[in-house]
Amino acid sequence: MMSRFAKRQLINRINMTIAVLMTVFGVFWVVWILWTTLRLGLPAISLHLFTQDTPPPGSEGGGLRNAFVGSLILLGIAVAVGTPIGVLAGTWLGEFAVRHRLGAVVRFLNDILLSAPSIVIGLFAYAILVDPLGHFSAFSGGVALALILIPVVVRTTDEMLRLVPGPLREAAIALGTPYWMVVTRITWKAASTGILTGIILGVARISGETAPLLFTALNNQYFNTDLWHPIANLPVVIFQFAMSPYANWQQMAWAGAFIAVLFILILSIGSRWLLSRHARS
Amino acid sequence: MNGSEVAAAGERYAGAASERTSARRSRTSVADFLFRKGTGFVAFLVAITLVAVMVSLIIEGWQALHTFGWRFLVTTTWDPVTNAFGALVFIVGTLVSSAIAMLIAVPVSFGIALFISELSPGWLRGPVSAVIELLAAIPSIIYGMWGLLVFAPWFAAIEPWINDHLGAIPGIGMLFQGPPMGIGMLTAGIVLAIMIIPFIASIMRDVFMITPPALKESAYALGATTWEVARRVILPYTRTAVTGGIFLGLGRALGETMAVTFIIGNANNLSASLLMPGSSIASVIANEFTEATTSLYKSSLLALGLILFVITFIVLALAKLLLLRLEAGEGSKS
Repeated sequence: MMSRFAKRQLINRINMTIAVLMTVFGVFWVVWILWTTLRLGLPAISLHLFTQDTPPPGSEGGGLRNAFVGSLILLGIAVAVGTPIGVLAGTWLGEFAVRHRLGAVVRFLNDILLSAPSIVIGLFAYAILVDPLGHFSAFSGGVALALILIPVVVRTTDEMLRLVPGPLREAAIALGTPYWMVVTRITWKAASTGILTGIILGVARISGETAPLLFTALNNQYFNTDLWHPIANLPVVIFQFAMSPYANWQQMAWAGAFIAVLFILILSIGSRWLLSRHARS
Repeated sequence: MNGSEVAAAGERYAGAASERTSARRSRTSVADFLFRKGTGFVAFLVAITLVAVMVSLIIEGWQALHTFGWRFLVTTTWDPVTNAFGALVFIVGTLVSSAIAMLIAVPVSFGIALFISELSPGWLRGPVSAVIELLAAIPSIIYGMWGLLVFAPWFAAIEPWINDHLGAIPGIGMLFQGPPMGIGMLTAGIVLAIMIIPFIASIMRDVFMITPPALKESAYALGATTWEVARRVILPYTRTAVTGGIFLGLGRALGETMAVTFIIGNANNLSASLLMPGSSIASVIANEFTEATTSLYKSSLLALGLILFVITFIVLALAKLLLLRLEAGEGSKS
């Protein structure tokens, strides 16, 4: 017969072992997925991946040049549209609405937007841009991505501005500085690293987004830089190629996946490094 | 003396000499006013985006909702040829795949959070957290590819075992009978679970870490084991936030698109077995949207988007409210 104490000890030991196993379980998937992208993606990397456009179905050779360029253009539009809107809205929250009822409502809605399904955002962009204009376009894809980027930037800007010590503002005001100048010259500057980190994290998030681009930027087999026409982009090309039965396409999808993951990892690690350096100084 | 009297007195004493200063001051206050209202307007735009999304989806999905009425929600036919559309198969698919994901992700996230906050040596905490958070950084399309081309073949190899063992259990056995294809509802649920673990685990970890040490230590002093402290002290104390974190994960799972599209199998019918292919709202939109030729077809897909939006909005709003209650509670306790 086991004593009560021994039984409690046993339960504890079993459950703690399970907790350790769960952690190993979680880490296991990260390692498996990253290893797969490395194993299948790295051998498929070659120079013509960057110099040639996507090949037609079933043919050999080709590259992803149009998709890389298209993705960069889409990211560019998203950052150009999303960053000013995100920073200004975040500034209102962090400077004028810290203990504000309306501020709490905006924060609440922004947080929901932050987690809203990206496919729904894509449908929205379709409804407001593609449907009225009558055709798919790079611009609508960029706007869809901007809509996903904005809540990330709003949130980090808000949080970073609230971390700026109040006395810094008071000192500036005491010197007679108008408040808009206090914000643009002092608090934005103090919070700049944090805000930049938010933008980088947001870009890392949207650079892998596929679903909203399916009905906005669509895809394009050819090289295109015209914002009013469909444009090739890495995620949708990966989707199309990975689902296809052609070995050449699948291989290229892995190469694209490897580059996408590498890009995102560099951005995430870079922003972490930026933030930790900022925290130390 | 009230404010206006002070101002009047100030003006009398300052006299004409300060005319230039006051002109500058009024320019400044105009600039301040514009800055404040301008940023406020942009914030307002961000806030009404959600309303705009809702309204645009209602408008675009109206044709389908109007044609089929409430039957859109409860019929299972999805036939572009005869222009008959019902959403039930996809609603069920979304709910079932998310339910499987939650069944796996919640206990695993709890274990991970417990490990990081209570068991891990200090030097391991940072690295383990960072690795788990990497799961959230990997784009969903990569999960999809990996799921279809690597995980599914591997999973197909163990499905006969699931057939033989879980499939033999009376009652729930029928859930686990079917051809070993590797793709299907169960595979989608498992991959979804992996994708939402980082979201749930990081919230659980954060709230476990801020449980007051005095609470934990007093339980330890009474002779409680680590498990008992976790079960009877930490979990009750952080219950609200833990629930909020779980809902946040659920919101993610419900709307996840690309990974599910790759591995759920894309069959437009209901089947009892979890090993059979199915479809979710998000996956059918992703698959069929560019092929939708008739306006009723397209409108039906947009109405599906509206349903998904409403479900996730409710779940995410609940999550946020639960997490807000924690923030408010923190304030009153400190």
